[in-house]
Amino acid sequence: MPNNDEVVLSLRDFSKKFGSGCDYCQNPDAELQKNMCPECHTVYAVRNASLDLYKGEILGIVGESGSGKSTLMKTLYFDQEATGGEYILHEDDTVDGNVFNVSSQKKRQIRNEQLGMVYQNPIQGLKMDFSSVTNIAEKLIASGNRNVGQMTKRADHFLEKVNIALSRKYEAPKNFSGGMQQRVQIAKALSNYPPILLLDEVTTGLDLSVQADVLELIKEIQRDMGVSMIVVSHDLAIIRMLCDRTMVMLDGRVIEHGITDQILEDPQHKYTQQLVYSIL
Amino acid sequence: MIKINDFSKSFTIHHLNQTREAVSGVTFDVKKGEFLGIVGESGSGKSTILKSIYGTYKPTTGAVTYASESFGDVDLHSITDRALIQLRTKEIGYVSQFLKVMPRTTTLELVINSMLEMGIDKDTAAVKAKETLRHFDIPEALWHNYPNTFSGGEKLRLNIACAVVKNPRLLLLDEPTASLDEKSKLKVRETISKLIDNGTTLIGIFHDLEFMDGLCTKVYDMNTKSLEERAV
Repeated sequence: MPNNDEVVLSLRDFSKKFGSGCDYCQNPDAELQKNMCPECHTVYAVRNASLDLYKGEILGIVGESGSGKSTLMKTLYFDQEATGGEYILHEDDTVDGNVFNVSSQKKRQIRNEQLGMVYQNPIQGLKMDFSSVTNIAEKLIASGNRNVGQMTKRADHFLEKVNIALSRKYEAPKNFSGGMQQRVQIAKALSNYPPILLLDEVTTGLDLSVQADVLELIKEIQRDMGVSMIVVSHDLAIIRMLCDRTMVMLDGRVIEHGITDQILEDPQHKYTQQLVYSIL
Repeated sequence: MIKINDFSKSFTIHHLNQTREAVSGVTFDVKKGEFLGIVGESGSGKSTILKSIYGTYKPTTGAVTYASESFGDVDLHSITDRALIQLRTKEIGYVSQFLKVMPRTTTLELVINSMLEMGIDKDTAAVKAKETLRHFDIPEALWHNYPNTFSGGEKLRLNIACAVVKNPRLLLLDEPTASLDEKSKLKVRETISKLIDNGTTLIGIFHDLEFMDGLCTKVYDMNTKSLEERAV
C-alpha cells in the first residue's frame, strides 16, 4: 500500500431514517420499496453507506434525485443528525472516535474549523442581506478570528480568487447573479482553509462559462491547497472532469464505487449502466 | 513487467439481458524495455486488452500482473483503487485516440498540470512542458490557446506529450498515429524510439503495420492469439 496515502475522513455504516423503523426493516438486508419500509413506512434516506476520503482527492457521488446524496452531505456537515453509523475525522486529534457522538458545541467547532460546505442553493450557505465580506467574516469569526484587518484581507483574497470584483465586496449577495452567489459561497467555504470541502451540486443552474470558472477553481484549490473534497453532482461530465473516484447511490444505498473511468466505461450495476447510457 | 494470463472480458448489458464476450484466451508477457504491438481487425478486442491493463475494465477471468516500482508484483485488479490511481500518476501512462481536457485550460497549462499531479514543482514543470511541446512541434503561438480548437493531429500530439512528459515506466498507446500525417508520424516514431532507448516499456495498438516495423520487439496477433518475437 502507498505509505503517503492518508485517509482524512471515513464513514462506516451510516444510516439516516425518517420514521421509527420496525422489526422487518431493522434487518439491513430487508427488501424495501425503493427506500421505504413496506411494513411501517419508515423512509431510509441513506442506508449503511461507507466511504473513505483521502488527502487531496476529489470523491464524486452520483445518483438520481432522492437517492440520498444530499442527506449524506448534510449529515457530514452536521445539518442533520445521523440515525446510526460512525464518522471519523482522522486529522483531528481533539476528538477520539465517532464524531456523530460529540457534543453539539464540538460539532460546531469541527464544522467551523475543518469543514467547508457549498450548497446547491446559495440561500442555504449565505446571508443574502449581508455583504459578501460580512458573509466571509462570519465564517472567520466562527472559527476564532477576531482581527478585522486580517479578516478583510482574507475576504479580499478569496473574493479575488473566485473572480468577484472587489468594488462589489460590500454589496449584498441578493443583488448578485446565481453564478456570483455561488462563487461568494465558495469563497466563504474556503476562507478558513478547511482541509475538507463538501460541494453539493455547485454547478447546477450556472451558465456554461461560469461553470467552467467554477470547475477551474475547484481543480486549482485541489492542486494548490491540497484540499480533500466530496462532490455531489448528477452531471457525469463534471464528475469525469473532477473526480478521482466515484460512488453511485440508489435508493439510499451505495450500489457501486470505483475509479471514475471504471464507473463511466465499465459500469456493472444495472442502474449505473442506465445512468451512463444517458450521457449526452 | 506485464504478464497477462488467460485473460477474458465479457460485458453484461442489463437492459438487453445479454452478456457479450469481447475477448478471450489472451496470454502474453512483456519484459522491461520491450515494445509489444497488438494487431488485429476492428472489434477484435485490442483496446479492451489495453483498457484492462490500465484498469478501466475489470477482466472477467485471468490476471494482469504488473511489476511495479512502488509495490512490487501486483495484480492490477486486486489492488485498491487508490493504489491504482497512484500507479497511473507515477508509473503507467495511457494515450487514447481522444483528448479530454478541462474546459478553458490552455495547452501549456494542460501539460504543466499533468506534471503537478505527480508532485513536480511549478518551475520545473513549466520548463519541461515547454521543451516537450517544442519537441512535438506544437507552435508556441498555440500554447495559450485551448486545445479544443486544435486539429486532430495537434490534439493527438498534445495527448502524447501529456503522457510522455510524466516519463512513465509503462506506456500504453491506443492507436497514437490514427489521424496523423506522415511528418507527425515520424515525430511520434522518433519519440517512441527515444522512450525505448530510455528503457520505457510500451504496449501499443496500431493499424499502421508499417509504422511498427523496426520499433516493436514483439507482436501479438488477435486472430491467431499468438505472440511473435521481432528483430528490431
